[in-house]
Amino acid sequence: MLKNRIIPCLDVKNGRVVKGINFVDLKDAGDPVEQAKIYSDGGADEICFLDITASNENRDIIYDVVEKTSRKCFVPLTVGGGIRSVDDINKLLNFGADKVSINTAAVENSKVVEDSSKKFGSQCIVVAIDAKKNGEKWEVFTHGGRNNSGIDALEYARQMEENGAGELLVTSMDRDGTQVGYDNDLMSKISSKVNIPVIASGGVGNLDHLVDGIKLGKASAVLAASIFHYGKHSVKEAKEYLDSKGIPVRI
Amino acid sequence: MNVTIVDYNSGNISSVINSFKEVAKDRVTIEVTSDLNKIKSSDKVVLPGQGSFKSCVDALNKIKGLTETLNEFAITHKKPLLGICVGLQMFADVGYEETETKGLRWISGKVSKIDNQNGKYKLPHIGWNQINIVKDSKIFKDVENNSHMYFVHSYEFIPEDKSVISATTDYSSNIVCSVEKENIFGTQFHPEKSDRIGLKIIDNFINL
Repeated sequence: MLKNRIIPCLDVKNGRVVKGINFVDLKDAGDPVEQAKIYSDGGADEICFLDITASNENRDIIYDVVEKTSRKCFVPLTVGGGIRSVDDINKLLNFGADKVSINTAAVENSKVVEDSSKKFGSQCIVVAIDAKKNGEKWEVFTHGGRNNSGIDALEYARQMEENGAGELLVTSMDRDGTQVGYDNDLMSKISSKVNIPVIASGGVGNLDHLVDGIKLGKASAVLAASIFHYGKHSVKEAKEYLDSKGIPVRI
Repeated sequence: MNVTIVDYNSGNISSVINSFKEVAKDRVTIEVTSDLNKIKSSDKVVLPGQGSFKSCVDALNKIKGLTETLNEFAITHKKPLLGICVGLQMFADVGYEETETKGLRWISGKVSKIDNQNGKYKLPHIGWNQINIVKDSKIFKDVENNSHMYFVHSYEFIPEDKSVISATTDYSSNIVCSVEKENIFGTQFHPEKSDRIGLKIIDNFINL
């Protein structure tokens, strides 16, 4: 039976983890490579890096981080943030990423999704959708949540599947950072709209939220950042908790 | 000993390279090449493959003499070869992804889309699934039955001769996820992304 995945996400800025696990035995708490290794040793089903480096001159640092991580972690590695072109994707894959997640570029030019999924295969193309509720519908935001594209998120999700996305990483802008749980209404609506797997993101504050994301949100995988930071919960604890709630996980 | 990973522009093979280098350490040389002479002289060959069946077959055929060299290696000289994902699928006679495309015809059978049972099963089949070992395969030495492996695919290999099947996985139906036919091995899952247990399979192949 296919297991539901738990994906810890690390925000990386200028090659350093912005918020990370704060273990005493950690030599360098800001090193994304070391943190990723802790997650994969703890049973993370995949690792996700979100590169939030703002300045262009520091953008190449992520390649070095990806290369070092891929030599140490033997679970899938997804990298997102600032990907503009097929060329950017090619570079990340060559440095050892297994998948890339495309956000703004996919909204601005859907050909990036089409071309890259044809070139590298759908399996490595994740389209990240940042959605915010507006009345009865959800709208797609770009540029790290700053710009409203006005596009209907459900319709957009279907379109991206058609364009060749292998998975959708759906983040609720309303919930992100609030720790009150995923927007499971949004997750389940998108999940039933498409045939590709949906990864739920944004809003996790406790382990029950992970359970809800799968049971209510119908997500195939759940992504979380802050609950794994500072050692609040380990990936192992999260998996054992999901298992105790009857959710199939890899233990 | 040296193991060659065939680099024929079949998509992203960095993870395959990293995992083989991790397992091989200094005892085995890992070559990554499409050089025919190097392939011929190597002890073992790994045939990765990502993207569609058609794109991988096309990429193989683009390199002059490569399919003949692989045929010679695996069929004539019967040297160990491991196909991963689409690398395994290409063992078949024919694949139906994008359009009908001839495979390497090493193991009779076809590659068709997984039946998603009217949307009940999401495709691609992405994530960790357990393998059901149905025959003793040399690459499963010290690998427990029901171990988790990482999958990502929408098509499945259906061999005619069921005796080549060494493991299946349950997704919509019993999908063939590993085969062994004499010196030819293949996994539908990605041992290079399947954590320690995946590396064990790679180690077993290297140690054959």
